Amino acid sequence: MSRLRLATVWLDGCSGCHMSFLDMDERLIELARKVELVWSPFVDAKEFPEQTDVTLVEGAVGTAEDEEKIRRIRARTRVLVALGDCAVTANVPAMRNPFGRQAALSRAYEENATRSQGSPSSEIPVLQNRVRPVHEIVPVDVFVPGCPPSAHTIYYVLEELAAGRMPDLSGRTRFGA
Amino acid sequence: MNAGIKTLKIDGRDVSARADQTILEVARENGIFVPSLCYLEGLSPVGACRLCLVEVKGASRLLPSCVTRVEEGMEVTTRSERLERYRRMILELLFSERNHICSVCVSNGHCELQSLAEKLLLTHVHFPYRYPRLPVDASHPRFVADHNRCILCTRCVRVCDEIEGAHTWDVMGRGIEARVITDLNQPWGDSESCTSCGKCVHVCPTGALSEKGRSVAEMAKRRQFLPYLTMMRTQR
Repeated sequence: MSRLRLATVWLDGCSGCHMSFLDMDERLIELARKVELVWSPFVDAKEFPEQTDVTLVEGAVGTAEDEEKIRRIRARTRVLVALGDCAVTANVPAMRNPFGRQAALSRAYEENATRSQGSPSSEIPVLQNRVRPVHEIVPVDVFVPGCPPSAHTIYYVLEELAAGRMPDLSGRTRFGA
Repeated sequence: MNAGIKTLKIDGRDVSARADQTILEVARENGIFVPSLCYLEGLSPVGACRLCLVEVKGASRLLPSCVTRVEEGMEVTTRSERLERYRRMILELLFSERNHICSVCVSNGHCELQSLAEKLLLTHVHFPYRYPRLPVDASHPRFVADHNRCILCTRCVRVCDEIEGAHTWDVMGRGIEARVITDLNQPWGDSESCTSCGKCVHVCPTGALSEKGRSVAEMAKRRQFLPYLTMMRTQR
């Protein structure tokens, strides 16, 4: 049986979900027999690979770059998993939404900066006015709430997907877990 | 035969009840789970949240079980695909209406909205979130009102009026603009009617009302006092 082609991506989030993934500890070795990691924040590939079986998405969609990425990833992924509250609800990144983009930039780059040079205009992705959960942009197949979902939950999700089953998350995790 | 006793069926089970009881009370007495958020034993029921809707044979619409009295021969269904769909929809609307950010909420892990979402198998919200800009009133020396987390269940309004007798809390505005207020929409800390008893804080199902100084997940509510207070007043 061929191994599951797995990708993990990090959009507008804190990387806590990836940390929780690493918290699987020795089960990672077991997992390595079942999956082939084709893309992740530390995998040195330039292009998101075609024909990916499963992509775990950490983080909300907060920039034009995030949106472009998630659309490309969706087109190249069979099962898209919204991993954690930022991907599922937009969570903490969305706390800027009631105030809008400009207020968030001013707070970070002007009001609280000791030597303010104004908001960056190039080199970093442009913030969208609102941060949105992944499923507001592209269809999502599996929702895994939690901040972060436990290593056990993530392992369960991958184990089920590797066995060709859709994971049933009822009672396993919750918003803010 | 005692006229004060009614017999009815809930989910196919024969149950008996006093004539003055509601479907919700009888269901819970018999260990049948019916979700609710605005209902709280010891306060008058208002049928505001609609989570306790049930199907009653012969009724063309769904009925809120917290304000529907039992009747002889009634046949009640508390679980069905339709009810579960509506209940999840109500929860999703509550989540999308204000800014419920469980992960950084004082009531994370102790919240009735959050735990119902888990219990009713809600994994995400289909509706676009509204992200309204709402105030946090920290003017009271001991308590905080965070309108981002309020679901307008009015438990605070009822406990303050019916149990404490102060009627500091009320509701202002209509529909999506509705908000709980203290006195005449004055800062809570300036309220002349508030006795600082804290009952509103402890009956609040979410992190909307909390004790000052509580950090994320630290605000567990204690509501054991309520049935005792009601009992002391009515059955003495």
